[in-house]
Amino acid sequence: MADTTEILAGLAEIVAEETGLDTAEVQLDKSFTDDLDIDSLSMMTIVTLAEEKFDVRIPDEKVKDLTTVGDAVTFIGAAQG
Amino acid sequence: MTTLNIRRGAEFSRIAGLGVARGENAVPNEDIIEPINSSDEWIRKRTGIVPRVRADEDTSVLDLSERASLIALEQAGVSGAEIDAVILSTITYPHMTPGGAPVLADRLGSTGAAFDISAACAGYCYGIGQADALVRSGNARNVLVVGAEKMSDFVDPADRSISYLLGDAAGAVVVSASDTPGIGPTVWGSDGAGSQLIRQTTSWLDVRDDRDTAFPTLVQEGPSVFKWASFKMAPVAREAIEAAGVTPDDIKAFIPHQANIRIIDQMVKQIGLPEHVKVGRDIVDSGNTSAASIPLATERMLRDGDAASGDLALQIGFGAGLVYAAQVVVLP
Repeated sequence: MADTTEILAGLAEIVAEETGLDTAEVQLDKSFTDDLDIDSLSMMTIVTLAEEKFDVRIPDEKVKDLTTVGDAVTFIGAAQG
Repeated sequence: MTTLNIRRGAEFSRIAGLGVARGENAVPNEDIIEPINSSDEWIRKRTGIVPRVRADEDTSVLDLSERASLIALEQAGVSGAEIDAVILSTITYPHMTPGGAPVLADRLGSTGAAFDISAACAGYCYGIGQADALVRSGNARNVLVVGAEKMSDFVDPADRSISYLLGDAAGAVVVSASDTPGIGPTVWGSDGAGSQLIRQTTSWLDVRDDRDTAFPTLVQEGPSVFKWASFKMAPVAREAIEAAGVTPDDIKAFIPHQANIRIIDQMVKQIGLPEHVKVGRDIVDSGNTSAASIPLATERMLRDGDAASGDLALQIGFGAGLVYAAQVVVLP
């Protein structure tokens, strides 16, 4: 199980790889769509890579609730239990 | 004890001829953005599509099929009368019965077995798998496989999920007996748990029972389909390469169903294809033509010099069902 900092760092790497953004721009309060300009298809790529990296399952219907990076970090942390 | 005779067919099969027919009109994004409140830029970024090809109103699925088939027959050097089986893959032939295949066979001068299959965007690869089996079993010597759609008959101009991607076209191949292996093992399957991800909006019975019900069209859960296709199909593609007894280095062309450029690009990444492999991207100019898209992309690659006759191509179809099929083939 990873802590918030580790999950954020891992997620930032995935987002950076998918979008070309710097990992430093991926912060907990950032909105995936409004701040990071990530569309729903890129979001699915990020989600899938996060599932693999953190060994969790993120159901498709939950993805729309992950508005911010923080939402995703919290979800992943809880899913890891 | 009485035993039955069985047929023994050719040891191998191959694709002997290819023909395509695209809808007569290249419909640019500008012509379809208003009802979906979108932009040319958004559609290009989201799908890669610049125009999609759509047929004239009086051009039918069978018209497109016939045009493509005549080219395939000529290239194969086979007459319509020599076709022992016609497999028509379509989800847009507007009759539940009779199927379109017997009518197409008749137009081509064939009285062979003829039947439609409903495997949506995987239909062409399903058809190739069946044709290969028919030839090698001895139940047919020449099989015509046609993927044909007039998707524009089943689109809702205001639908933002799939309609704006769709085009009209037919692709046909003749599969014949061969002295050398030309069609690798078909790796195929289904995932019916995802049956609602790409679907017809309402059943025909709903239309019968309530005349105010809108005519059925296609819709999809785009992001979920993207995830499934981009990530779940990569192992299927790799399995097809392995089943054919070749390596990724042997593959010259990757010709996936032309669903969306973003899916194609992600699949290439996930499969881990070598740099030298050319990738079919006909979607940019033809849109998503469902069962027709793989033969269309094949024809385009051969025409543009991105692939040549005799090259090994990995092809994979995937779509509504969910269903999928992949195989490595020798290009005609």
